[in-house]
Amino acid sequence: MGRLFLIALPFAWLLALFLVPFLIVLKISLSDIALAIPPYTPTLDLSEGWAGIKAFFAELDFENFVFLTTDDLYWKSYLSSLRIAALSTLLTLLVGYPIAYGMANAPDHWRPTLMMLVILPFWTSFLIRVYSWMGILSTEGYLNQILLWLGLITEPLTILNTPVAVYIGIVYTYLPFMILPIYSALERMDGSLLEAAEDLGCSRLSAFWLITVPLSKNGIIAGCFLVFIPVIGEFVIPSLLGGSRTLMIGKVLWEEFFNNRDWPVASAVAVILLLILIVPIVLFQMNEQKQREADQ
Amino acid sequence: MGQTVFEPWNDPEAKPLIQFKNVTKRFGDFTAIDNQTFDIYEREFFALLGPSGCGKTTMMRMLAGFEKPTEGTILLGGQDIAPIPPNKRAVNMMFQSYALFPHLTVWDNIAFGLRRDGKSKEEIAARVEEMLKLTRLTQFARRKPHQISGGQRQRVALARSLAKAPKLLLLDEPMGALDAKLRTATQFELMDIQEKTGTTFVIVTHDQEEAMTVASRVAVMDNGRIIQADTPARIYENPNSVYVADFIGEVTIITGRAYKSGAGYEIHYAEGTAPFYAESETGFGDGETCHLALRPEKVAISAERPEARRNAVQGEIIDIAYLGNLSTYHVKLPTGQMIKAQTANTRRLSRRDFTWEDRVWLSWSDTAAVLLRE
Amino acid sequence: MRRLTWFNVTSLTLGFAFLYLPMLILIVYSFNESKLVTVWAGFSTKWYGELLRDQAFIDAAKVTLQVAVVSSTVATVLGTMAALVLVRAGRFYGRTLFSGMIYAPLVMPEVITGLSLLLLFIGIGLDRGTITIILAHTTFSMAFVAVVVSSRLVTFDRSLEEAALDLGCSPFDAFRLVTLPIIAPAVISGWLLAFTLSLDDLVIASFTAGPSSTTLPIKIWSSIRLGVSPEINALSTIMIGIVAVGVIAASLITKRASLRQQAYERAAAAQT
Repeated sequence: MGRLFLIALPFAWLLALFLVPFLIVLKISLSDIALAIPPYTPTLDLSEGWAGIKAFFAELDFENFVFLTTDDLYWKSYLSSLRIAALSTLLTLLVGYPIAYGMANAPDHWRPTLMMLVILPFWTSFLIRVYSWMGILSTEGYLNQILLWLGLITEPLTILNTPVAVYIGIVYTYLPFMILPIYSALERMDGSLLEAAEDLGCSRLSAFWLITVPLSKNGIIAGCFLVFIPVIGEFVIPSLLGGSRTLMIGKVLWEEFFNNRDWPVASAVAVILLLILIVPIVLFQMNEQKQREADQ
Repeated sequence: MGQTVFEPWNDPEAKPLIQFKNVTKRFGDFTAIDNQTFDIYEREFFALLGPSGCGKTTMMRMLAGFEKPTEGTILLGGQDIAPIPPNKRAVNMMFQSYALFPHLTVWDNIAFGLRRDGKSKEEIAARVEEMLKLTRLTQFARRKPHQISGGQRQRVALARSLAKAPKLLLLDEPMGALDAKLRTATQFELMDIQEKTGTTFVIVTHDQEEAMTVASRVAVMDNGRIIQADTPARIYENPNSVYVADFIGEVTIITGRAYKSGAGYEIHYAEGTAPFYAESETGFGDGETCHLALRPEKVAISAERPEARRNAVQGEIIDIAYLGNLSTYHVKLPTGQMIKAQTANTRRLSRRDFTWEDRVWLSWSDTAAVLLRE
Repeated sequence: MRRLTWFNVTSLTLGFAFLYLPMLILIVYSFNESKLVTVWAGFSTKWYGELLRDQAFIDAAKVTLQVAVVSSTVATVLGTMAALVLVRAGRFYGRTLFSGMIYAPLVMPEVITGLSLLLLFIGIGLDRGTITIILAHTTFSMAFVAVVVSSRLVTFDRSLEEAALDLGCSPFDAFRLVTLPIIAPAVISGWLLAFTLSLDDLVIASFTAGPSSTTLPIKIWSSIRLGVSPEINALSTIMIGIVAVGVIAASLITKRASLRQQAYERAAAAQT
């Protein structure tokens, strides 16, 4: 009895508020746009019985998905999302790895504090962290002021509302996701492995490449997925920092929905976004699984 | 022709492989090694023995190059090794944790050091196979370290550190992670390999039995100093201090005052009792404090007072530790001292002569005990 | 082999400067006199005053707190139940679907979660307002609570519960008196996580909020779309300040608890 209740309550909640909404998205993506509220047809009318259900299925089609292939805005934004996600993941890795390495090699009594400093941004508003770069990167922003004052440039650089700003924003906000798994891999590493490598004739640098990097591989992979997957669907960063020239699919979906009020197309965009995400998510799960098995 | 005894430390002509000259190592305020001077000879199996924190690991890490002496010099084959980094030294180390690279196979672990030397593929393959054969690991060559047993991992670590044919091999608690049975077998295997390869071994251990079994010489350490460095037999039979006597094997220490008497000394240990008598290599002034170190197996236990022995004393059995092959009796003297006596259990248990609370006589010969100053 | 080489010191310094300088600049310029946020014109706290007089912000903050408290509490109850199901319930019909639905919200892009929930609310004719935001936030944050709590439950020693049953507890009492107090730290951090996720959320709230239920992130969003504003700087400073105080206090409390634990252990060791 108790067990049934324990399972039933969260199960019912998730069915009603996670699975069903998602099926609705799927359904609407196969429907036509209409200028009513809700702005799509058909709606499933159960009062008409079997005929209603038949009519409902008869009107479903892949029109919206065909439309997505005809307008190059969509596939360009998908590609651009993937490209931005891939490049920014690489950048985050390049910035995050030395920090994680430094943390793992810091004296024991520093490490809790360093950990806290990495986690602290998690708890502060994402929106505010992205916003903080607007003042830095704008044409009359702090970065340009400093560069002008140093005499490195004579004209202010345009960084805000370009892809560069998007990359900076992504690296900044997703950095902790990269640092933490790499740090935990490096921290678990037995220091005597490096001594053994040196003892067997390695220089410091070759010991790093031959031992440290392969042994932090799982952390690197986990970190990369933790950045790559959410960045593909990112909306806030490209909207605030990227300007109109940066195409990302999360932003397109948002605009399709709120500005064009084309719900069926927005739903189709969502369905394809999810299909694109399935590959990295499954790969990530497999990697996690493999690591769990290796740990045992 | 009879085989000459391997005792280079007694040969003034012999050139030591390693020389510690007034070596001191400090970590901040803490002195890990305190002004030590000693030699290790080629082909020796040298054991550094002591409790944790005595400095034995620091000694080894200085040889490997992971630590530099604060003062003094360490010579390897007559050459100061301080400026040589660990990756350039002809010294290899077998780590306590084994430090096997988890992402490489057994084969690649053994080949790791050879590859760093830029040897040809054929040379590396031949040497790895040789090492695999030596350590009986050939069939595990393609496995990863987590796919083999603890004993096999230990042999991989040994093979890896031997592969480069170092002049000196350092072993840091090599058997610390093995269970008791495997440890004994491995000790003999290690001695065998040392003999075959002719490499000089320096082993760090806190297990006195292990040190006694494998080593040609044992250095007993405490607080950053070597207290005594000698052959296992001399360490056991002729300890130079209470610390060494107590650290190696079981011992009863009775403190008293020494008075010269004939060839030896009378030791007065309590008011109103007959003194013990012992011959001694070390000399004592009359009335000087001395410690009588008595090994339990040299103490005989009997119901009647033995006639022939000068050292005989009566007491009561407080405890019996039955160890299978041996039994150790803890006998309390009327004066309060506790003396341990050991007998071999050649008879079945049911016919044991003595039991708890029995009053028995303990006796030992004039040469059984060692007199120590400190 | 812990070595603090110049390389490590440099990478740590640069890394943490990168993480904290933008926020530091934000805080400094929130005390700027000038309306032009990038030009320093002297110290002033006037923007804090403006902010506190702005009724729209106050209302948004109220809605946000209301949503966060309710949704994180419900999410903690549901998420803890879900964690128990995942770790303890064994096999049951639909288990794969269940665990899939627990983990999916963790990787689901917010735009999709928001869109799908909005379509549901419209479909069933539920008016958008505070309630719909609470439902939406509960759904996605219960997944986070479930993950945090289940990772603690996995390492939970079940013999403790068995001992309680052996001593006469009913299963529910055993949970209430033994399991819950022990996993409480995980449940609390699950609640805190759910709370901050709710406070922070813009995208899902934008989809599910009605005209009368603007949350703080939505309000911030609509004003920063137009550019940097000193009022938002002041608001950001307040929010960063609250979080920093909270996190530092929490870490000090844990540190003190562990120090006290060590002292007890030392005292206990000295007694034996």
